[in-house]
Amino acid sequence: MSRVTSAETFARVRRRENRVLALLALAAVATVVAFCLIALRGNWEYALTIRARKVAAMVVVGCAVAVSSVLFQTVTNNRVLTPGIMGFDSLFVLVQTLVVYFFGALALSSADPRLMFAGQVVAMVVFAGALYRWLFDRRSRDLYVLVLAGVVCGTLFSSLSSLAARLINPNDFVVLQDTLFANFNSVDRNLLAVSAALVAVVSLWMVRLFPRLDVLALGREHALNLGVDHRSVVNQVLVAVAVLVSVATALVGPITFLGLLVANLARQFAGVSRHRVVVPASALLAVVALVGGQLVLERVFALDTALSVIINFVGGIYFIALLIREAKR
Amino acid sequence: MIEVRNVTKTYGSTRVLDDVSLTIVPGGVTSIIGANGAGKSTLLSIIGRLLPADSGRVTVDGLDVTTTPGATLAKRLAVLRQENHTSIRLSVRELVAFGRFPHSRGRLTAADLATVDEAIAYFELEEFADRQLDQLSGGQRQRAHVAAVLCQDTDYVLLDEPLNNLDMRHSVQMMRRLRRMARDFAKTVVLVVHDINFASCHSDEVIAMRDGGVVAQGPTAELMTPELLSTVFDLDIAVHDIDGNRIGVYYS
Ligand SMILES: Nc1ncnc2c1ncn2[C@@H]1O[C@H](COP(=O)(O)OP(=O)(O)OP(=O)(O)O)[C@@H](O)[C@H]1O
Ligand SMILES: [Mg+2]
Repeated sequence: MSRVTSAETFARVRRRENRVLALLALAAVATVVAFCLIALRGNWEYALTIRARKVAAMVVVGCAVAVSSVLFQTVTNNRVLTPGIMGFDSLFVLVQTLVVYFFGALALSSADPRLMFAGQVVAMVVFAGALYRWLFDRRSRDLYVLVLAGVVCGTLFSSLSSLAARLINPNDFVVLQDTLFANFNSVDRNLLAVSAALVAVVSLWMVRLFPRLDVLALGREHALNLGVDHRSVVNQVLVAVAVLVSVATALVGPITFLGLLVANLARQFAGVSRHRVVVPASALLAVVALVGGQLVLERVFALDTALSVIINFVGGIYFIALLIREAKR
Repeated sequence: MIEVRNVTKTYGSTRVLDDVSLTIVPGGVTSIIGANGAGKSTLLSIIGRLLPADSGRVTVDGLDVTTTPGATLAKRLAVLRQENHTSIRLSVRELVAFGRFPHSRGRLTAADLATVDEAIAYFELEEFADRQLDQLSGGQRQRAHVAAVLCQDTDYVLLDEPLNNLDMRHSVQMMRRLRRMARDFAKTVVLVVHDINFASCHSDEVIAMRDGGVVAQGPTAELMTPELLSTVFDLDIAVHDIDGNRIGVYYS
C-alpha cells in the first residue's frame, strides 16, 4: 500500500497556498492599475500623481488594518472581534482630541507631526494594553460579554471625544476636525510617507513572529507546552496592533468593520490558519476592497460618499451573521 | 528527576493542593490515581508549568519550571491536558506536526516529517490524517493529541487521562507504547488514569491522591491493596492476582 507522506502533503499544501497568494496579488495589482488608469483625462500627469497618492494611502491603511486584525484575533483566540470592534480606533480619536483639548490646536499644527504622532502612539500602546489586560486576561471569557464591552468602550470613547470636542474653542475644533475626518482624498504627503515606513517596519517585525503565532493560535496551554513565551508574544503583538491602528486611524479615520471582513474572508479563502498565508492574504484583500470599492464609488456611481460607510454597512451585516453563527454552536 | 516541593494551590477559599511534596525518579511509568476533584490535573498542570502554583517549587532535572525559558523546557518536558480544544481549523497531520515545534521552530526537516509519519502510523491515524480535528470521533481526536505530544520526543512526558475515550485495543496499545518508551529510551512518563487496572498492569510506580494531598506513593504492587484503594476511592475493592498482575475488582 502506498501511503501519503507528510512531506508530500505539506508540499502540496504549500503549493496551493502560494497559488492563492499569487491570485490575490494579481487581483490587487489589477485593481490598483484600473484605479489609476480608468478614465484618465485632461492633465493626466497631475491626475495620475493624485491618484497614485490616494492608492498609496489605501494600500497603507489596508495593510495596517488587515495585519492588526488578524494578529489581534490570534492573541485573543477568537474570530469575531477585531481592534476596530473593541473600540481601539475610537480610542485613538479620543487621544487625538484630548491632545487638542489640553494643549490647543497650536500644539497639533505647530509641533513636529512625527513627534506628535509618536506621543499618540505611546498613549495608544498604554491604553490598548490596559484595555486588553482588563478584558482578556481572565480564565473565562464569554464572547458576548467581550462584544458588549467592545461596543461600550467604543461608544464611551467616541462620546468622550465629542464631549471634549465641544469644549474646545471653535478655531481649534476646525483644525481637529480636519485631522479627524480625513479621507483618502486629503491625505497629508509627509504623514503618508511616515505611515508607510511604520507599517512596513511593524509588519516585518511581525513576520518574524509568524511561526510562534501559529502555535499561539492553538491556545495558551498548547503554546506554553510547545515552548512559546505566551506573554512576550502577546505583548509584542499588542504594541504592533496599537501602532498599526494608530497609523490607519490617523490617515483616514475609523473603518470599524474592514478588519473583520478581510481577516475572515482571507481565512475562508486560504482554507488554512497559518499566518504566513492569512496575513498577506487579508492585506491583499483589504487593498482590493478599498481600491476596488473606491473605484466603483467614484467612477461607476460618481458618488462622493465615504467608502467607510459602505464597508461598515457590509461588514456590520457580516459581523451580525458571525455572531448568530457563534450563538448556534 | 521531577521534584515537587511544598506546592500549594487555592481557588478562592478552597485549597486544591495542600503542601504537596514528591519526587519522581527518571525512567519509568508513574500513574497518578485518585477520585474526581482530588487535584490530579492541578498537580500535573503545575508540574507542566501550565498553571502557576501559589507557593512551593517544581524542578525538572534541576530546572525550575517557572523560571526556565519555555523553549528550553519544551525540549525536555511535554504535557497533555485532560481537555483539549482548538478553535482553529487544523488537520490531524498539522496538529501532530506542531509537536515538532520545539525542535524545528516552524521549519520542519525531513527527520521531523519522518517522526510525524511514524506517530501517525503508530496511532492508526493514517486514514483520517488530512481530516479536520472536529470531524473525528472523540477517541480518534484523543489519539491525535497524544501523538502530537509524543512527537515532541521529550525525556519527560506528562499525560492527563490519555486513555480518555479510547476503546480497549487502543488503550492497551497506548499503554504498551508508553511503557516501551520508558524501558527502551529511559523516558519518564507520568499519567493520570482512572482505570486502576491499567495503572496496575503498566506502571512502575503509583501516586495516590486524595483531597489535594498525596496519600501514598510507591511501587505498584505495594499500593494495589484493598486497604489503600478503599481509602483513596471510598469504595470496597477486592484485589486478585491474575496472570501475575494485581487486578482490582469493584464492578458489582
Ligand atoms: N479554575 C478553577 N476554579 C475553581 N476551582 C477549580 C478550578 N479548577 C479546578 N478546580 C477545583 O480544584 C479541584 C481539583 O481539580 P482537578 O482538576 O485537579 O481534579 P482531578 O483530580 O483532575 O479530577 P478529575 O478526575 O475529575 O479530572 C476540584 O475540586 C475542582 O473543582
Ligand atoms: Mg483531572
